[in-house]
Amino acid sequence: MSQFAAEPLLDITVRVNGIRRTAAAPARRLLSDFLRHDLGLTGTHVGCEHGVCGACTVLVDGEPARACLMFAVTAQAHDVTTVEGIGHDPADLDPVQQAFVECHALQCGFCTPGFVTTISAYLDEHPDPSADEAREAISGNLCRCTGYQNIVAAVLRAAELRREREGTA
Amino acid sequence: MKAAPFVHHAPRTVEEAVAVLTQVGHDGKVLAGGQSLVPVLNMRLASPGHLVDINGVAGLDTVEVTPEHVRVGALVRHAGLERHDGAAAALPLLRQAVRHVAHPAIRTRGTTVGSLAHADPAGEMPAVAVLTGAVLEVAGPRGTREVAADGFFLGPLETVLEADELVVAVRFGRLPAGTRTGFAESARRSGDYALAGVAIAVSTDGDTVTGARAAFVSVTPVPDVLDLTSVLAGARLGTLPLDAVTEAVRAHVDPESDIHAGADYRRMLAAELTVRTLVSTAAGAQEGAA
Ligand SMILES: Cc1cc2nc3c(=O)[nH]c(=O)nc-3n(C[C@H](O)[C@H](O)[C@H](O)COP(=O)(O)OP(=O)(O)OC[C@H]3O[C@@H](n4cnc5c(N)ncnc54)[C@H](O)[C@@H]3O)c2cc1C
Ligand code: FES
Ligand code: FES
Repeated sequence: MSQFAAEPLLDITVRVNGIRRTAAAPARRLLSDFLRHDLGLTGTHVGCEHGVCGACTVLVDGEPARACLMFAVTAQAHDVTTVEGIGHDPADLDPVQQAFVECHALQCGFCTPGFVTTISAYLDEHPDPSADEAREAISGNLCRCTGYQNIVAAVLRAAELRREREGTA
Repeated sequence: MKAAPFVHHAPRTVEEAVAVLTQVGHDGKVLAGGQSLVPVLNMRLASPGHLVDINGVAGLDTVEVTPEHVRVGALVRHAGLERHDGAAAALPLLRQAVRHVAHPAIRTRGTTVGSLAHADPAGEMPAVAVLTGAVLEVAGPRGTREVAADGFFLGPLETVLEADELVVAVRFGRLPAGTRTGFAESARRSGDYALAGVAIAVSTDGDTVTGARAAFVSVTPVPDVLDLTSVLAGARLGTLPLDAVTEAVRAHVDPESDIHAGADYRRMLAAELTVRTLVSTAAGAQEGAA
């Protein structure tokens, strides 16, 4: 008998960025890997796989969650939003993405998708944060390049952009 | 790294969950928010053959406030408890403490009951559970039982739960009217596990202390209550005998050294946090009494 018996695959269906997507994967498939490998949505990045770095943060029913700490099977009942769902058109960036560009809030960009999702969800609940609150809001995400100053500035700028866009809407 | 293969079970009721747990015995694990379990699986520190995913079990996601307690179901996320205004009004300590559990992205999935079942001495909610005289509602193949939080924890990551048992809810006890609470901790990065932390309940009669209790985070192997009543009863709110409090805390806690901090530093921190939290809680009581 083979020691490596084929692992059973499950048909897993998750609503991602508004679209129901199905792929066959084993029960142990992490949501982060499901998004990247099975659905080809490589915007979600994977750093530590134990919940510490925040690179894999997606929105589950609009709230930030670590995609590396959720199995895709558990995500089936939920709406998942990845960075692709927040904004995918360079000509029409989401306020958080626009603020990152303006404030030079990324260097290598590896951590950026996790920041964008985290900050988007945060601003939904706290549209007008202080600099201290902005700092606190991003404290669960690690960036190895920027020193955070510009990311804090981007949170504040994004809040401003969102208010401006609402004003003109 | 990735988890080893497992069979995923998705029971819809508590009975079904218990039935699967009974069948798979020690080869099974309950999966609630996964915020402690999945890292352990990803790092292959454990490789159970069966996960009993309770996320689809109906009726476990409610918070109920009664005159005696705040009952928190096994699928109530830390974030849900944090937002619950009724729970915060009935037992302010819940919101005071749960805000310190990890980061928002972890609180949206992690459950309060899961953190009790996980029994990490660095967790905030186990300390709150013992301080409030909480009771855990446990379902198993031999029926249901209620377990007091004081006695539930046996050691780091160890509880009296059997492999085939499920915690259905926790009932945090409400404190007598006039009790003031405070919570504080110190961590190296906002949202990280605390180097030391303390939850405090103080009762007063006018501006005189009648009772005081504390429970600690990260500095005792199992959360337990330090009764400071003998040290503080009769003291006036403005002139608390803080040196005696420091002594009592230092004698009670039993911290470990690790890469983040030495035992001596953690002991000092626990005492200092207790004194400061006591002073700020007492100040609140003074305002309240005025
Ligand atoms: C980066 C990071 C930082 C964190 N920081 C903190 C922190 O500062 N403070 C803190 O307290 N926690 C922290 N946590 C842990 C978090 O609070 C978890 O949510 C909690 O410890 C476990 O809850 P869970 O629902 O995720 O449980 P799971 O991970 O699903 O389960 C944990 C354990 O409890 C068992 N279990 C869960 N629910 C039940 C149940 N109903 N009945 C029986 N057994 C059950 C599981 O089988 C497993 O053994 C952190 C986690 C991460 C990833
Ligand atoms: S990869 Fe998920 S938090 Fe680091
Ligand atoms: S920009 Fe490089 S890790 Fe953040």
